[in-house]
Amino acid sequence: MKSDILKQLLADRAAKRQVVMATDLASGEGQLLYPGEPHDETDDGDDELLFAARRVMLADKSGIVEIADGADGRKVFLHVYNPPLRMLIVGAVHIAQPLSQMAVLAGYDVAIVDPRREFASRDRFPGITLIDAWPDDGVDQFAPDRRTAIVTLTHDPKLDDPALIKVLRSDAFYIGCLGSNRTHAKRLERLGMEGFSQADFARINGPIGLDIGGKSPAEIAVSIIAEITQALRRPKQAQTAE
Amino acid sequence: MNEQNVDHEAVLEKAAEWKAAGRGVALATVVATWGSSPRPVGSQLVVEEGGDFVGSVSGGCIEGAVVTEARQTIQDGQTRLIDYGISDETAWQVGLACGGKCEVFIEPLV
Repeated sequence: MKSDILKQLLADRAAKRQVVMATDLASGEGQLLYPGEPHDETDDGDDELLFAARRVMLADKSGIVEIADGADGRKVFLHVYNPPLRMLIVGAVHIAQPLSQMAVLAGYDVAIVDPRREFASRDRFPGITLIDAWPDDGVDQFAPDRRTAIVTLTHDPKLDDPALIKVLRSDAFYIGCLGSNRTHAKRLERLGMEGFSQADFARINGPIGLDIGGKSPAEIAVSIIAEITQALRRPKQAQTAE
Repeated sequence: MNEQNVDHEAVLEKAAEWKAAGRGVALATVVATWGSSPRPVGSQLVVEEGGDFVGSVSGGCIEGAVVTEARQTIQDGQTRLIDYGISDETAWQVGLACGGKCEVFIEPLV
């Protein structure tokens, strides 16, 4: 790898730009591709490579592709550097403390939204982005995408519900809500009155977390991280487990 | 927006840092896996000329062998594409005890 390419790659990652590094496994030649961005139509040299890069980027799966090159193909390794997964936690409650730390370890960029400043204090959440806003505005600021997990922890309808109403209209791959079966049933009832359907309800993991009997905040955080990991890595199993 | 560093090992950052310090550097990347390989495709390890390394390409099974190859790459400037296969009793030092296979690409940072 050339040093200037490495520098550019590091700059792209710092800027959270989606980038694919293509390396010819025979020659060692490398180049950076940006298949998520509009490209110059006059540059028609490596469309096949760019197409392959777009595919692996969307699948978030690095791998070797064979690119036709005259009579023979060449083997190119496509290394996907997607920006980090993201997690928005609604409610700077006790569980949010271990959960946010574990989420960072698992590779997430974490933000916590809570308008209650005594909860969302810097002392309680060192190094974590804190959004001092009502949860619905917080969701807007965070702008969830399909690589985002959302967790609501307040089990207070006036905080959780406005967030959920926004979140259910986003592409977030995981939505989970803390609260008992009874709390969750009431929550769905309220969301039904807001016009949400069974299909929307099916996206919500409630009560939150895999059923491993967690008691302490850290143990509950483990069950939440486990459930989010399952939704990310084995989405089909996650659905049938409902 | 965040003070967090999600890449614990910061392999690429370390590669740039060592290079900037004037050291010979090679980068090893898992480019393919078969079976129960411990680290996914894209896992990386950076090696400097003295043999210090950061990152991983397996669960510790083949790092030693990869570092040796990477130091060769730093010396001769040649890329290497190496298969590490299923281990048996005689070759377990450089095999994967899990029975998996992986292919590692080693390149110099120039």
